[in-house]
Amino acid sequence: MTIALSVNGRSVETEADPSTPLIDVLRNHLDLRGTRYGCGLEQCGSCMVIIDGKADYACSREIGSVAGRSVTTIEGLADGEALHPLQVAFLEEQAGQCGYCLSGILMSAKALLDRNPSPSRADIIAALDGNLCRCGAHPRILRAVEKAATAMREGVVA
Amino acid sequence: MSDTLPLSIVTNRRLEKWLRFDPDRTLHLAVGKVEIGQGVLIALSQIAAEELDVDIGRVNILAGDTADAPDEGSTSSSQSIEVSGRSVRLVSAELRSRVLTRLAQRLNCSPDELTVEDGSFLLQSQPTGHDYWSFVSDADYAADITGTVLPKAPSAYKVVGQPVPRKDLIAKVSGAAFIHDIVRPDMLHARMLRQPSRDAQLVALDEAAIRRAAKSDIRIVRLENFVAFVGSDETAVQRAAVAALAHAKWEGSRVLTPAHGEAAWYVDQPADDRLIGDPPAETPGEVVSAVYSRPFVAHAAMAPSCGLAEFRDGRMEVWSHTQGVYPLRNSIADILGLSREAVIVRHAHGAGCYGHNGADDAALDAAVIAQQLPDHCIRVQWRREEEFGFEPVSTAHRTRVAAVLDAAGRPVDWTTEVWAGSHVQRPIYGGLFLAQEALPNKPPPAKPGDPPEANGGGGTRNGTPLYDFPAKRIVHHLALRTPVRTSSLRGLGALPNVFAMECFMDELAERAGMDPVAYRLSMLTDPRARYLIENVAARCGWASRWAVGTGRGLGLAWARYKNKAAYACVAVELEVDQEVRLKRVWTCADAGLVINPDGAKNQLAGGIIHAASMTLKEQVTLDGAGITSLDWASYPIMTFSEVPEISTEIVHAPDLPTLGMGECTFGPTAAAIGNAIYHALGVRVRDMPLTRERIAQVLAKV
Repeated sequence: MTIALSVNGRSVETEADPSTPLIDVLRNHLDLRGTRYGCGLEQCGSCMVIIDGKADYACSREIGSVAGRSVTTIEGLADGEALHPLQVAFLEEQAGQCGYCLSGILMSAKALLDRNPSPSRADIIAALDGNLCRCGAHPRILRAVEKAATAMREGVVA
Repeated sequence: MSDTLPLSIVTNRRLEKWLRFDPDRTLHLAVGKVEIGQGVLIALSQIAAEELDVDIGRVNILAGDTADAPDEGSTSSSQSIEVSGRSVRLVSAELRSRVLTRLAQRLNCSPDELTVEDGSFLLQSQPTGHDYWSFVSDADYAADITGTVLPKAPSAYKVVGQPVPRKDLIAKVSGAAFIHDIVRPDMLHARMLRQPSRDAQLVALDEAAIRRAAKSDIRIVRLENFVAFVGSDETAVQRAAVAALAHAKWEGSRVLTPAHGEAAWYVDQPADDRLIGDPPAETPGEVVSAVYSRPFVAHAAMAPSCGLAEFRDGRMEVWSHTQGVYPLRNSIADILGLSREAVIVRHAHGAGCYGHNGADDAALDAAVIAQQLPDHCIRVQWRREEEFGFEPVSTAHRTRVAAVLDAAGRPVDWTTEVWAGSHVQRPIYGGLFLAQEALPNKPPPAKPGDPPEANGGGGTRNGTPLYDFPAKRIVHHLALRTPVRTSSLRGLGALPNVFAMECFMDELAERAGMDPVAYRLSMLTDPRARYLIENVAARCGWASRWAVGTGRGLGLAWARYKNKAAYACVAVELEVDQEVRLKRVWTCADAGLVINPDGAKNQLAGGIIHAASMTLKEQVTLDGAGITSLDWASYPIMTFSEVPEISTEIVHAPDLPTLGMGECTFGPTAAAIGNAIYHALGVRVRDMPLTRERIAQVLAKV
């Protein structure tokens, strides 16, 4: 059946069985391959996207349940050529090793900063605790999110 | 510099294998080592940029490609900078020298009067109008590498030693970057039904039920016990693979019990026994010993393994996140009955790789299917449960340490005794792929082996203490069979052995009535090791360490990885209440010349977190037909809320040869945690993982 939703600010329609996982629609129907399959069990956070402002697992959400909703993926993070402050901060801190977890972590972090522009270290940890990183880049990732939050606040002031 | 050529150059003698100046004023550098999350590509690029005096931004690197890049074996054992880095340095220096020698003849000057600035040649600081792009000739590229040109002195380095950012991370923070994202013409998705174990026979497969579950058209490729579900709709083949678990009937699967998952299981197993080091002696003195263990542990990569293969006109092209494109190419060609020239393997980035994981298996899966369905690109992706259930795991490992003590309580005779399965069963060591055992005419079982001692050993890795003990030896019992397939994982035997040995040193210090740091230093003459221990002890406040048993602990340990690579000392501060909570970690490492200090610090910290996760939390459980820890709930790893603050320092030693450092913090972290838990609680927990339950069991016996 035809399902309509908004992805990265654009209206899209997709032909899919309503039980199709959102991640399969994003990757294979809409060619947005930055959302990563990790476990399919809501345990690792690799597939995290933002649905109506809230970080959610694209691996287990069925496309039928996302009809009419607004989804943001890693491809929607930058503003054209201009990287999002989170992406800039992750690059400045070299906050990653293999980088497979980063799409999901960036989306969890964006959802946090969108609702709380001045998160404490504990807030950031709580927001990212559903995301696993196997390489041990955690300290850099936490620093990068703090740095991005600061940059975004200063950007607003300026 | 050694006067022998690195193996990488011996097998790839022509300059054109490595370097090419492209018309867009870039430098193409081709290497055989691959990016597995460790940041090696920027470090190798820095070395080439340095020796050729080309801006780092001009370097484009191609890594791991049997058609277009040199054969450098596998990317493993922290060897990339030591081996490939040395090769890139020699090759780059030689090309620069050849070209400048020719230019000097042309300009009738001495080569010493010529300098290079971002690829342009200057004579006495004035432009010559020549640069690499205009002047390098085909004859230069075609030349054999002699390895006789002296590279730059480290004191002249401008790019090497700088924290240059990685190029590949840009794609990784903005979307598509991985093998999983490759799209090819005529691509079909595939999922596997895995044979539960080597001797299991598929006696029934309800294909109709599986097709119904798939909800759209799929093909089923079946070759004896090799079964794949293939189609254009990834969702459908995934549904088929999940459904197939209940619609396949196997006979002859192995039967395991939880006891197979304990390191103690190996004690009664037939084994290859050997002695390394000093012969056994009847040394007089008090004998003390203790037994430590680590269970089976998983690589547990963030991504399920993936492989792509297309078979067109008799030629097989494969994409893999393998550690070694050439060894994989050779295996695929041999198994599929193709010539090696007919198979190309290209590396594509996967999730972080810490050893022999499912990458090679997934690539062969794809190639087997592609041979059956030519003219398509077959994209195999494993399921999460398949990744946990079928990747090679690191063997359980039991280490008994025994020492004969002198009157002052110091060892005069030391024995490290190891019981473990094979730590490496890569195909080049005689190991088998999963698909090989499922296809018709499966080869006989692999005989487990281990890397030779010259390569650092496997079960014996780091088993010989570097303290000044008069006599020391390793007794190694390499089990002839393992309950599940085992292979290499970061550090091999180093982590369990260093855990045992460095915890035992704390036990011996206590018996001797000495401070653990002072005790170590009283038997250690290597100045590099002493410096690290003193550095970390000072930074962590060792001098004001508090009494044992307060619930808060500070522990320290060190090792030199493989007894020949990088040195690291680690101190851990933790608290134990309901759980063990790591608070702070300090490390100092000595890896000689460091190419990229930021990348090196990332590796040191990553190694600490990975090792801490393994030490405190990780255990592959076995039962029934195989592995039962099949998801992140049953195989938990360290999370953001559990990660400590980490302070890293690296010794500045640019004149000493580079030593691989990706694994150097691994063993010391495990032992420092063990020692800190003892300091916190006053009890010694010797069997990993050091979970709340394990600690409670030990406390209950006190």
